[in-house]
Amino acid sequence: METKIIEHSKAAEIFIKDEKRTDWHNETLWFVREKRDKAAFQIADWELLRETASQIKNNVLSNMHQYLIDFETNAKNNGIIVHWAANADEHNKIVHSIMEKHGVTQMVKSKSMLTEECHLNEYLTEKGIDVIDSDLGERIVQLRKEAPSHIVLPAIHLKKADVSETFHKFLGTEKGNNDPKYLTEAARQHLRDTFLSRKIALTGVNFAIAETGEFVVCTNEGNADMGVHLADVHIACMGFEKIIPQRKHLAVFLRLLARSATGQPITTYSSHFKKPGDGKEIHLVIVDNGRSTQLGREDFRSSLKCIRCGACMNTCPVYRRSGGHSYHNAVAGPIGSILAPNLDMSKNADLPFASTLCGSCTNVCPVKIDIHVQLYKWRQKLVKEGYTPKSKTLMMKGMSAVLSNPMIFNLAGKMGRFVLDKMPGLVSNSFNPWYKQREMPAPPEESFREWYQKNSTASKDKNHEQ
Amino acid sequence: MKIGLFVPCYVDQFYPKVAIATYELLQKLGCDVSFPMKQTCCGQPMANSGYEHLSKDCDANFIANFAEFDYVVSPSGSCTLHVKDHLHDEKNEQLALQIRKRVYELTEFITDILKIEKIEGNFPHRVGLHQSCHGQRMLHLSQMSELNAPFFSKPEQLLSGIKGLELVSLSKKDECCGFGGTFCVTEEAISAKMGQDRVKDHENQHVEYITGYDMSCLMHLEGTLKRQKSPIKIIHIAEILNGMKN
Ligand code: SF4
Repeated sequence: METKIIEHSKAAEIFIKDEKRTDWHNETLWFVREKRDKAAFQIADWELLRETASQIKNNVLSNMHQYLIDFETNAKNNGIIVHWAANADEHNKIVHSIMEKHGVTQMVKSKSMLTEECHLNEYLTEKGIDVIDSDLGERIVQLRKEAPSHIVLPAIHLKKADVSETFHKFLGTEKGNNDPKYLTEAARQHLRDTFLSRKIALTGVNFAIAETGEFVVCTNEGNADMGVHLADVHIACMGFEKIIPQRKHLAVFLRLLARSATGQPITTYSSHFKKPGDGKEIHLVIVDNGRSTQLGREDFRSSLKCIRCGACMNTCPVYRRSGGHSYHNAVAGPIGSILAPNLDMSKNADLPFASTLCGSCTNVCPVKIDIHVQLYKWRQKLVKEGYTPKSKTLMMKGMSAVLSNPMIFNLAGKMGRFVLDKMPGLVSNSFNPWYKQREMPAPPEESFREWYQKNSTASKDKNHEQ
Repeated sequence: MKIGLFVPCYVDQFYPKVAIATYELLQKLGCDVSFPMKQTCCGQPMANSGYEHLSKDCDANFIANFAEFDYVVSPSGSCTLHVKDHLHDEKNEQLALQIRKRVYELTEFITDILKIEKIEGNFPHRVGLHQSCHGQRMLHLSQMSELNAPFFSKPEQLLSGIKGLELVSLSKKDECCGFGGTFCVTEEAISAKMGQDRVKDHENQHVEYITGYDMSCLMHLEGTLKRQKSPIKIIHIAEILNGMKN
């Protein structure tokens, strides 16, 4: 599904054309942000909790090597089969080889952003494997052949009527019946067969505990458990940054995750996996796919602290008005914009610029990633490495020449005000993006410095002396 | 105590009345304030666009103009922040770091350095306060809605002495206005939409004025209001505090 990338600003412009839908999208996500506020503010020590989580993750990043070795050893001792994948392709091959080994051509999969990042569905489909996503939101977008638009709420860009339409088309539900209960029930029935018939279930991983070799998967629908318990083989896929040192640290992260994500005190299901049941197998695929490169980038390392709660998206005024697909990356929004350039700078050079640097993301983030600072730093890096258009560089050079030289600045300012006053058509036209929807400021007769020269106390004193 | 008045380039050129109000206000508060004539721009427009390396000349010019002052005060949160975070001097980094510490946004300078709690005045209007992001979240001029932390607001505190001023409460109390420097043209659609949404929030509260401590955001909101032919007016907080007659 390699589609041509539309730049964020263009995609956003298209999204915004439907203003009603944009407003609805904006308010729906803002509602989630407000739920998060309510849940978070009920905990007196919320900020301390964030700081603690941040420190634990900092420790993990500094000792990643050792924690991964510990985790592997302990997981193996528990009877889990551990695989290492250097990149997306290796990850996909490993998953496929497990399926081949068991001679199975069908898989049920619960939510995993990592498999989105690796494009596992496309890979397996090409190999003739039938993959069914069991998370309701993911199933909806899967039926529509779309990517999730949000890491926690994959179908948040769709209204009830869109879902009804999709289910009518693919599951044969009544046309025009938008009742959420009816639609959920239809999905449940449809998925029940899937759960009963699949021999292999794939899940993501929210937390992998180095000390014990266990891992935890958080869902609200119970679909991960349902899939895993009915299947013979459980494949769990994780980016290596999912490590936490000890089991007790779950107490910190589980309290933060759901509150930050949806405003719930905890996800409905926090499923702990330690060892395979009798006659069953658990495979764990630990994936790098650019993470060690990111770990080596001092300025961007801490992006690996992310626990994928989605709070930075819900709060982001740009994300809320442009939708997840405008970020053309598995992970959208502010966090996606600092992760994506690490994977491919040229494809994702637009993303760090899709922000006003308002800093709201940084301050909702439960693990205190300085997202807006990293957006700023990615901009510097992308420019230095030549990923911005030449025209922009020229313009910036021109601007810098004018703005740094007092004489030229004064002259340019005078000319600018003169033009705005006498020939407003020169700037107030459709070639000026500002003017499309906003008026230019009215030019004053004189600049402040001109006023100051005449009126400041210092100049008045001087005039008196003369 | 010598104070250098740092006037953002676009304020100098387009909103001189804001700089005048700042200058007069500081004088009324007993400050020895002057405006170094050769100042230009802090370099933020280049830096936020990824061209921080092109702002070296701006940095050098800033230092040449402001090194002699005890404090540098500016009626703009985001320009203040830029200098605080990014001012460099290749030959004398120590000097740049010292100057960074002396730069203050106007309202925080009044509350934190001059230790003035409120300013008396008269402004009998319904007013919406726009919380500009850089001033709020990075300079901590007021508490942000994201944190579970006690409320405070330096600008609101100063405005509390202004008679007749009725401050409204907004539904999204600290959402970005969408200006964002070059973002306002490179992401025109979102930027304009954010401006329109912000204006609507104020309109719903029937404000007569929108005020704030950052003229760049106010310029964005003003451009939006004017296009909509709205009667709502923009006024910088310095103008209110300076006792604007109208
Ligand atoms: S960056 Fe922070 S707020 Fe955003 S998804 Fe990750 S943990 Fe959540």
